[in-house]
Amino acid sequence: MTSPLRRGVPVIVACFAAMVVAIIAAPFIGSTSIQFGRVFSSSIPYADNVDAQIFFIARLPRALAAALVGGTLAAAGVVFQGLLRNPLATPYTLGISAGASLGAMLAITFGAGWMIGGVAPASLAGAAIAVAIVYALAAARHRGLSTTVLLLAGVTLNAFFSALILFVQYLSDFAQTYRALRWLMGDLDVAGYAPIVAALPMVVVAFLAFAWLARPLNLLSVSAEAASTRGVQVVHVQRTAFFAASLATGAAVSVGGPIGFVGIIVPHLVRLLVGADHRLVLPASICFGAAFLVGCDVVARTAFPPIELPVGIITAVIGGPFFLWLLVKRT
Amino acid sequence: MKGPRVLGSDRGQTGVRPGSDQGQTRLRRSLAAIAASAGQAPIPTVLLCAWLAILTCTLAARGPQSSPASTQAPARIISLVPAVTEMLFAIGAGDRVVGVSSYEIYPPEAKKRPSMGALFDPDVERILAAKSDLVIVYGSQTELMSRLQRASVPMFRYEHAGLADITSTIRALGDRVGRGPRAREVATSIERDLDAIRQSVAGKPRPKTALLFGREPGALRNMYASGGIGFMHDMLELAGGIDAFADVKRQNLQATTEILLARAPEVIIEVHPAEGWTPERIVTERAVWKGLPSLPAVRTGRIHILTNDRLIVPGPRVAEGARLLASVLHAAGR
Repeated sequence: MTSPLRRGVPVIVACFAAMVVAIIAAPFIGSTSIQFGRVFSSSIPYADNVDAQIFFIARLPRALAAALVGGTLAAAGVVFQGLLRNPLATPYTLGISAGASLGAMLAITFGAGWMIGGVAPASLAGAAIAVAIVYALAAARHRGLSTTVLLLAGVTLNAFFSALILFVQYLSDFAQTYRALRWLMGDLDVAGYAPIVAALPMVVVAFLAFAWLARPLNLLSVSAEAASTRGVQVVHVQRTAFFAASLATGAAVSVGGPIGFVGIIVPHLVRLLVGADHRLVLPASICFGAAFLVGCDVVARTAFPPIELPVGIITAVIGGPFFLWLLVKRT
Repeated sequence: MKGPRVLGSDRGQTGVRPGSDQGQTRLRRSLAAIAASAGQAPIPTVLLCAWLAILTCTLAARGPQSSPASTQAPARIISLVPAVTEMLFAIGAGDRVVGVSSYEIYPPEAKKRPSMGALFDPDVERILAAKSDLVIVYGSQTELMSRLQRASVPMFRYEHAGLADITSTIRALGDRVGRGPRAREVATSIERDLDAIRQSVAGKPRPKTALLFGREPGALRNMYASGGIGFMHDMLELAGGIDAFADVKRQNLQATTEILLARAPEVIIEVHPAEGWTPERIVTERAVWKGLPSLPAVRTGRIHILTNDRLIVPGPRVAEGARLLASVLHAAGR
């Protein structure tokens, strides 16, 4: 048991290093050429220092937001896959992203967002409603939490909310439709640190729960019966996993929109490298997911300057084939 | 397929993990996979297609084309394009409009006509049932066009383009619906108004301006600006501004914080439809710009939020829109 665990440590260290390098390097790359001497110069007043503002307002928050969203989605993916014991589960399987998207669509389309403080709170509210509905359904007929009902309720809610999203689109005008659709493809241009700071407490709470969950999820992944004989309070673990992963997903989506692929590709890639032990998979996924999304965002904003690509397209285009290649290479 | 893993895309999941040793688990997974593939896959695909369609039609810049099927003046016109509906009313053919799109804003009479769907959802059945002898379609509605062609319904094809295309469309439309002389009057009058505006700003300093037509409420995110082609760009240049994104040869682009900081516009003009924009909201939304303090427009307070559909519709009211832009760019006392 200790030997595979020890073998995973270098991978975690490598992923962590990749994340740190990505976050530090990303602000130095961009569509505009800026002078780095000026960025860190203290002789120029900050208000006049455009280079510094591009670095500290446009690029650094973006890299941090990408790291936060990427790491969070990857970890949420790991937990949902463990909880549902389904390798195809993603952070979006249980309808959280659809709820968040519906909230964001309503804020964008009806302009109500400015009253409750913007699109991010609206998407969080939508996510919370989706989580509440799915949980109520899954807990209604069982003493515990039925993962089957959870899954079926989640995907049905996904479809239902998606239909409502289309209905809102139908009611909205042309420019709103355009912006709403663009929101759905993910965007990390957060224009400051406020969105990151707002999401951070939720992510920290979720990550603390994940740390506690790593061991029980290992046992649970064998079977619920086996886990309970080993002293795991199955229902408690399932409930914690569900709410923590949902909170993480809701927070990530409120920052960057429903960016796809990170939550399924990163966990699987990491499992190919370190095995299935959640104590390794979770930290490695967080670091690797962060590095991956920071990298994708750099591509999104530098591929065709000054035009920006939706980052969701990059995650799909880079992530899909890479994952397939790794899978084929291994077998 | 001996491998233990099966992968699915993030959004459309199909397939179950093979070789599972527990029958119950397999059944559960099959159920979930079926539900997932049935419920999840189509919607994002639809959204993606819709987005691409919008992108395509906003990128395309072609002038009007009229199908040569019929030469006599139509008596029952359906317009699926709000800008052309406005033109029809302006040239005195409004009484012959028997169907409009679901996006109509102006004139008020147009909104009372029966709706026949819009860009993505034209109601072909209603269009055919209306026994129209001229349907105004948008250039990207290829499916609708082929169906109307099969039913031998004459069409007038339109796509948004530059400012000059508005008056040329009005003239072509006038000829097509038998209101040629009136259409030429309207078009000439618009051109005269535009010329007057151009002259009134001649010689005045031309501020570098970012013309934005969309932004997330309460945040500097998801912003879209007019690029270097299209009627909004033309209006801005005519009204005496320099388009900060003139070199981007697209009708629109995402204005990220980085590109805004790099281009450093002296004036920022946001245009929105009037609906939902109270004076308090305008004050709140203007304050959001403090997040980019080095922008010259932010420092001098030259941020204008205009809630007026004249600026958004490339129809016969463009001169009024351009005048509004000119008054903002060259207001007395600045």
